[in-house]
Amino acid sequence: MKSPAFDYIRARSVAHALEAYRSLDGEGVYLAGGHSVVPSLTLRLQAPAALIDLSGIDALTGISLDDGWLRIGAMTRHAEVAADPMIRDHAHLFHLAAPHVAHPAIRNRGTIGGSLSLADPASEFPAVALALRAEMEVAGHDGVRRVKADDFFLDIYETAMEPGEILQAILVPPVRAGDVAVFDELARRRGDYAMVGAAVQAVVDAGRVTDISIAFFSVGNKPTRAGAAESALRGARLDDAVIAAAQSALDADLDPSDEPQMPASVRRHLARVLLGRLLGHLGTTA
Amino acid sequence: MTMDIELTVNGEHVRESVEPRMSLADFLRERLQLTGTHLGCEMGACGACLVLLSGKPVHACLVLAVQAAGETVETIEGLSESGAIADLQAAFHDRNALQCGFCTTGMMVNAHALLGDNPAPERAEIRDALSGNYCRCTGYEAIVDAIDATARKRASDVEAPA
Ligand SMILES: Cc1cc2nc3c(=O)[nH]c(=O)nc-3n(C[C@H](O)[C@H](O)[C@H](O)COP(=O)(O)OP(=O)(O)OC[C@H]3O[C@@H](n4cnc5c(N)ncnc54)[C@H](O)[C@@H]3O)c2cc1C
Ligand code: FES
Ligand code: FES
Repeated sequence: MKSPAFDYIRARSVAHALEAYRSLDGEGVYLAGGHSVVPSLTLRLQAPAALIDLSGIDALTGISLDDGWLRIGAMTRHAEVAADPMIRDHAHLFHLAAPHVAHPAIRNRGTIGGSLSLADPASEFPAVALALRAEMEVAGHDGVRRVKADDFFLDIYETAMEPGEILQAILVPPVRAGDVAVFDELARRRGDYAMVGAAVQAVVDAGRVTDISIAFFSVGNKPTRAGAAESALRGARLDDAVIAAAQSALDADLDPSDEPQMPASVRRHLARVLLGRLLGHLGTTA
Repeated sequence: MTMDIELTVNGEHVRESVEPRMSLADFLRERLQLTGTHLGCEMGACGACLVLLSGKPVHACLVLAVQAAGETVETIEGLSESGAIADLQAAFHDRNALQCGFCTTGMMVNAHALLGDNPAPERAEIRDALSGNYCRCTGYEAIVDAIDATARKRASDVEAPA
């Protein structure tokens, strides 16, 4: 199928993009890597009056360190997320997750900002942002605000951004002593969306978990922190009994729905298996 | 709305007026008659439409022609005519790594990019690189063999130049 006709605006700055969006009266759609927008146009799921291309805006590119916080520009492509040494060192979870996002050619175009803005509950990066307790830098007509990842992902394809707001960058808090990250997903084929996936960021001190955040994806309407499992682990040593307790706690954390391709009970089982593997891995990585 | 775009395709400067909704794949096929870029799914799933955009493999069905303005595009025709993939083509032929040929141009573009980044890939790495390319005929094994054989041949040619 072919897309319906639309106009195309190449934004020069964030202010220009915001203004263009306003002038289109709700009929504009931002374009980043386009790897979700373009297929949805081709399938005629959307018919905007115009696409506003964000890719030429300097303020949305670049990766930098400021006071220990890593700032990743929204237009950073998935392939750069995988390869960039600053991301590897200061936001290791993104580095680990990037090779799981789609296939290599898609990673050359898709952007981290596009992925987080889209908030597909099956996507890797929103869960990573949660586990890293990252913050989103969001620009609107009233200026720039920061939104914590915990408050950003609201529902399927729904974030705390108002229509027309622009995600400028992702801000990752400073690395702490003893920080370790593990990531994995269960997918039918490499590059496919996961059946279940999880990102874990923890601080381990002499074998004891002093802090941990666990975020699952592909198990509900949005990426989900596993608070009960985190509580079972915080302050504990990573032995078999503790890992089993964390796995059981997942029942309170996750609420997948029954789907034709996969009953909820199977997804819960896979989540427990995955958490067990990740915590085992955490014990050996720390 | 139409827009004037300029870009470089297979080394040639191109200037055309296009509708923003025209994909790069349609632009290459319909405007430039470069029909070696195939269209299967038009949604990023099959990999038949891969081209090099600024040197990197991308799905031409998921890039708008207007997004490629100012950039450099290389298609299977360019890679074939320059001789850059002559050995890869020979290896596909030798190993029967194509049957109907629909997927082959996308496979070639991807394999060429892979060997550029990673001259000695493991078989698992070859499979991973091709994970977004569908082939409904060969069962993939022969394709992996052909790419593997090309990598080995290139390595041995470097060690022992003729
Ligand atoms: C075959 C295929 C397989 C895929 N597999 C996976 C996968 O396994 N995991 C995964 O996570 N993703 C996957 N994707 C999606 C891919 O990663 C997308 O590219 C990505 O999610 C969206 O990024 P984008 O830059 O392409 O955004 P676009 O498609 O340009 O935009 C996505 C949405 O976000 C909005 N937007 C974009 N940038 C901003 C911004 N800075 N501020 C505000 N709004 C913005 C757009 O208006 C649009 O609504 C796959 C895609 C394809 C085609
Ligand atoms: S036609 Fe582009 S991926 Fe199938
Ligand atoms: S040779 Fe027919 S699809 Fe690959």
